Amino acid sequence: MVQAEDYGRYETAWCPGCGNFALLEAVKEGLARADLAPHQVLFVSGIGQAAKAPHYLNANVFNGLHGRSLPAATGARLANAELKILVQSGDGCNYGEGGNHLLAAIRRNVDVTMLVHNNLVYGLTKGQASPTSESGFATKAQPHGPTAEPFNPLAAAVAMGASFVARGFVGEGEHLAELIKQAVGWRGFSLVDILQPCVSFNKLNTHAWFKKRCYKLSEDYDPTVREAALEKAYEWGDRIPLGVIYRREREAFENKFPATAAGPLGVQPVDSEAFARILEKYY
Amino acid sequence: MSERELNILVGGEAGQGLATIGPLLAKCLVRSGYQVVVTQSYESRIRGGHNTFAVRAGVEEVAAPREAVDVLVALNEETATLHRGELTPRGVVVAEEAFAAGGENVVAVPYKELAAGRYRNVASLGVVTCLLGLPEDLVRQVVEGYFGKKGKAVEENRAALAAAYAWTKDLDPSLARPLAPVTDPPRRLTLNGNQAIALGAVSAGAKFCAFYPMTPSTSVPLTLIAHAEELGLVVEQAEDEIAAINMALGASYAGAPALVATSGGGFALMVEGVSLAGMTETPLVVVVAQRPGPATGLPTRTEQADLEFVLRAGHGEFPRALYAPGTVEECFHLTRRAFETTQRYQTPAFVLTDQFLADSFRAVEPFDAEGLEAVGAFAEPEAVAEPYERFAVTADGVSPRLLPGFSRHLVVADSDEHTEDGHLTEDLTARTRQVEKRRRKEEGLRREVIPPTYEGEPRPEILFVSWGSSRGAVAEAAAELASAGTATATLHFAQVWPLVPEQFLGHLEGAQRVIAVEGNASGQFARLLRAEAGVDVASRVSRYDGLPLTPEYVLRALES
Ligand SMILES: Cc1ncc(C[n+]2csc(CCOP(=O)(O)OP(=O)(O)O)c2C)c(N)n1
Ligand code: SF4
Repeated sequence: MVQAEDYGRYETAWCPGCGNFALLEAVKEGLARADLAPHQVLFVSGIGQAAKAPHYLNANVFNGLHGRSLPAATGARLANAELKILVQSGDGCNYGEGGNHLLAAIRRNVDVTMLVHNNLVYGLTKGQASPTSESGFATKAQPHGPTAEPFNPLAAAVAMGASFVARGFVGEGEHLAELIKQAVGWRGFSLVDILQPCVSFNKLNTHAWFKKRCYKLSEDYDPTVREAALEKAYEWGDRIPLGVIYRREREAFENKFPATAAGPLGVQPVDSEAFARILEKYY
Repeated sequence: MSERELNILVGGEAGQGLATIGPLLAKCLVRSGYQVVVTQSYESRIRGGHNTFAVRAGVEEVAAPREAVDVLVALNEETATLHRGELTPRGVVVAEEAFAAGGENVVAVPYKELAAGRYRNVASLGVVTCLLGLPEDLVRQVVEGYFGKKGKAVEENRAALAAAYAWTKDLDPSLARPLAPVTDPPRRLTLNGNQAIALGAVSAGAKFCAFYPMTPSTSVPLTLIAHAEELGLVVEQAEDEIAAINMALGASYAGAPALVATSGGGFALMVEGVSLAGMTETPLVVVVAQRPGPATGLPTRTEQADLEFVLRAGHGEFPRALYAPGTVEECFHLTRRAFETTQRYQTPAFVLTDQFLADSFRAVEPFDAEGLEAVGAFAEPEAVAEPYERFAVTADGVSPRLLPGFSRHLVVADSDEHTEDGHLTEDLTARTRQVEKRRRKEEGLRREVIPPTYEGEPRPEILFVSWGSSRGAVAEAAAELASAGTATATLHFAQVWPLVPEQFLGHLEGAQRVIAVEGNASGQFARLLRAEAGVDVASRVSRYDGLPLTPEYVLRALES
């Protein structure tokens, strides 16, 4: 059995009290419960405080560019469908900079779990509004609050028919670990938006603020009904639902490429007979 | 009387069948044993406009497009009007009766009598191939190879071809322009530059390509897609070029030899990814098919103006190699070479082509499929030191590369500066060591640079310097000057980075006059020679009207 400890313990560059610490522990716990060993797992991330998380985990890591983790994860998945791939992202990384890739990943249904450390602010660049920042959230860059309405990632994902859409909260570690376990066990694209207080730059959506509002979806909530899921996805304010909001069986993206059936692309030889046959077509 | 060489220009509106007749004509000529150089010139639209497909065919080698036209095939009246002035004194016009103005050397074809509407393409192909003296059987085989051998269309095409041959054979023989027959024609492929790039890539073991459509690069992925199932390739149309390059890097990190293909504007979007390839030392081949810029420029025309852009693309410092094929064969071999380089040195390699070469069909000797090994260069998990460090500092700068998921070793790659184990660091000593490690790969790259090709007199009056697709035009211009009595030579670069001055300084210093010939306005390669080798190339021939360099253009420029 894999243990959470197998994923190691590292010194981090995060601020004391940051919600990322609890998130990291939930990731380790979720992977251990899914019985995934570190060498079977690949973390892909971009740039930001959230995107540093893979460096604090004992696993394979491709830490690429701000906003571009989903395409890199998609390529890696196509190249080797035996890897379990998780993307770790901030709300800036993939709801802002890489927004187009999020839409594409949902449409493709790439078998990747995307964990979004949603702190409703840009952490690493010191406190500007992010796509999920609330109206009226004043910053040095947005003295009167964000000029655009906040992005609702769950509603967008449900509306697009994403395969697995969930919300967690770092203040509910046990619940979050279970969500992560379910997400990595799901075949297809899974989005887990994780509410993560930023103690340094978000004085509005604090730990207490979330604690007061978050509630767990009840056992009899059926996540397979899209209309109900959309309604839940829109619930924000006094009450914020946690759990699997929406689920839908879909064909996995990589099945659409016959070449992936032969195993990892990197160890496939050049088929010189096929090559010779193909040359003939140009005669 | 038969000809040893002819230049045939087919012109018409987009949608009139040029895209069918042109390649079929080229293939018929290649199968008959002739060498060809195709030049396609088209407008950025799907219907209408004025497009041309020129085939220069010869019994001996032909290396470049020519401007003077021997046979003008006008699919519409506009073509006849626009190109009549390019005809040689004996030039023939082939056109539909309705608009074939009278006069000598005009073949006025009654297409309506020869074939029904949609089979007229094959009828006009038949008229031309008959005038050129190509056997009807051979042309029919080529047509059936293209349209298939079954169905109603086969009979109709066959009938159209037979009618065209019967009608053309009855013409006044003075209108025919038969090429001297080639006995026992060698078995050659008809390939354009982009097809050869795609084949070169798969021959090297490429398994992954992501792209976003952009002329003139798109036929690279389209060729890969056509063979994807048979060769076990994954090709995905990405949501944008940024996604394309990051997908390719993710795939390559996970072990799949990968390429992306794009053109100027799309490459601009990829630039951050190029830098990521440099930092994470992830192998990647980037094909850039140039077209005239800035911005959208002339989307369907040609230029060689992205040399400096591709050379400098990507923030920070990291080594790279740039190959610039001059022929369709080189498109194949240099793409293979680019894969070898990027796998061995774990740094990006570029293939710089352009619209002219991308679309230029040629007669190509079949590549030997036997000796083609995949170029993957992975370390054995048992052989690496423990704990495994992806960016271990080594003497040649190349660290053993493992693939994630294949062993208990963890493979960590980071776009931040990193320690040897791949984790991000702000330790400035580690930073310095990684900068120096990456730089050391440059030494190996320089040792393997393909030297430029020098041909001609040892101490010439005129030395032409060229790179990439202008190779043929320069070679033919030089040959003409030489036959007129001027001591001439050419120095052609198929690899344009890194440059190793010791390989060519002597040639430059031995010439009385050095002329750089390039398809751009500012002389980018000449500037590079000055920066890298300290030589001032005083004379330049530049072309930047969107058309390829021709021998005539080069010679005219020398006179003025
Ligand atoms: C192309 C590019 N643009 C901008 C940046 C600077 N940058 C780094 S992280 C970041 C935003 C981080 O916010 P988020 O993704 O929400 O992550 P957090 O730090 O809050 O965890 C920005 C703008 C960058 N690294 N790359
Ligand atoms: S800036 Fe905010 S999100 Fe980043 S580590 Fe500090 S508290 Fe956490």
